[in-house]
Amino acid sequence: MHAAKHTLSPSLPAEPRLAGDLAIWIFILAELLAFGLFFAAYAFARAHDPALFAAEQEALNRNAGAINTALLLTASYFVVRAVHAAEAGRGRQGARWLLAALGCAGGFVVIKLAEYAAAFDAGISLSSSTFHMFYLSLTFFHFMHVLLGMVILGALWLNARRGRYGPRDMNGIETGAAYWHMVDLVWLVLFPLVYVIR
Amino acid sequence: MSHASHAIADRRSTLLWLALLAATALTWAIGEGHASGPAIAALLLAVAMAKGTVVILDFMALARAPLLWRIALLGWLALVCALIGLAYWKGMP
Repeated sequence: MHAAKHTLSPSLPAEPRLAGDLAIWIFILAELLAFGLFFAAYAFARAHDPALFAAEQEALNRNAGAINTALLLTASYFVVRAVHAAEAGRGRQGARWLLAALGCAGGFVVIKLAEYAAAFDAGISLSSSTFHMFYLSLTFFHFMHVLLGMVILGALWLNARRGRYGPRDMNGIETGAAYWHMVDLVWLVLFPLVYVIR
Repeated sequence: MSHASHAIADRRSTLLWLALLAATALTWAIGEGHASGPAIAALLLAVAMAKGTVVILDFMALARAPLLWRIALLGWLALVCALIGLAYWKGMP
């Protein structure tokens, strides 16, 4: 039976395995630790001055934050579809899903840059307040990860177009996919924390 | 057989993606409604945890990974949300 050969098919429980290289998962743990510390630092800094944080958070563009959440989630979903396509032996078709994911990531970048531009126009900088120091550094740290994620998605796309991925060649696409999902996962905490919770 | 199982996996991911978008809309609506207070903060953190759990177990495929890896990522999510909740509570008047 097909599903017995590789464990990604959900219908049959097989040997537990990590999807992708062990190295990327170690890297993901390190990244999550860094983001976790950053989130906790924000949350406890906020506890010292909730009124200031609430007032300045109020000025953030929540529409932009929510649309960007949807874009990252959709990119993640497209990456999942690309992985499924490769598993099903339709790796080249998966390339189109990867290109669509890249498009969503690009949309995130454009919206985030517009947010930064609006903030700088309003005279906001790293030193304007504790809130803005956190808002800018935390979102920029994440932004850099989105850019790296786009480089990875681009590499996956090129490889998928060349037919590099298939049921017996899943490691590359699974490794890249795991990184992208981490970028998404971190934002799922960042968005309510920085934009909404007051 | 394999075709059917892939179609099921695709449909499952599509439904989860739509649920994640709906949860995002909920978070956005709470923000736009200017709701605040510990119950709202707890709800927002619960929504974030639910979304993160879907991404970890399904999108990252950790549901099929060795238990320790699943514990590591879900534990990270729970710890981060707990710390945010604790800090929120400490900042209450």
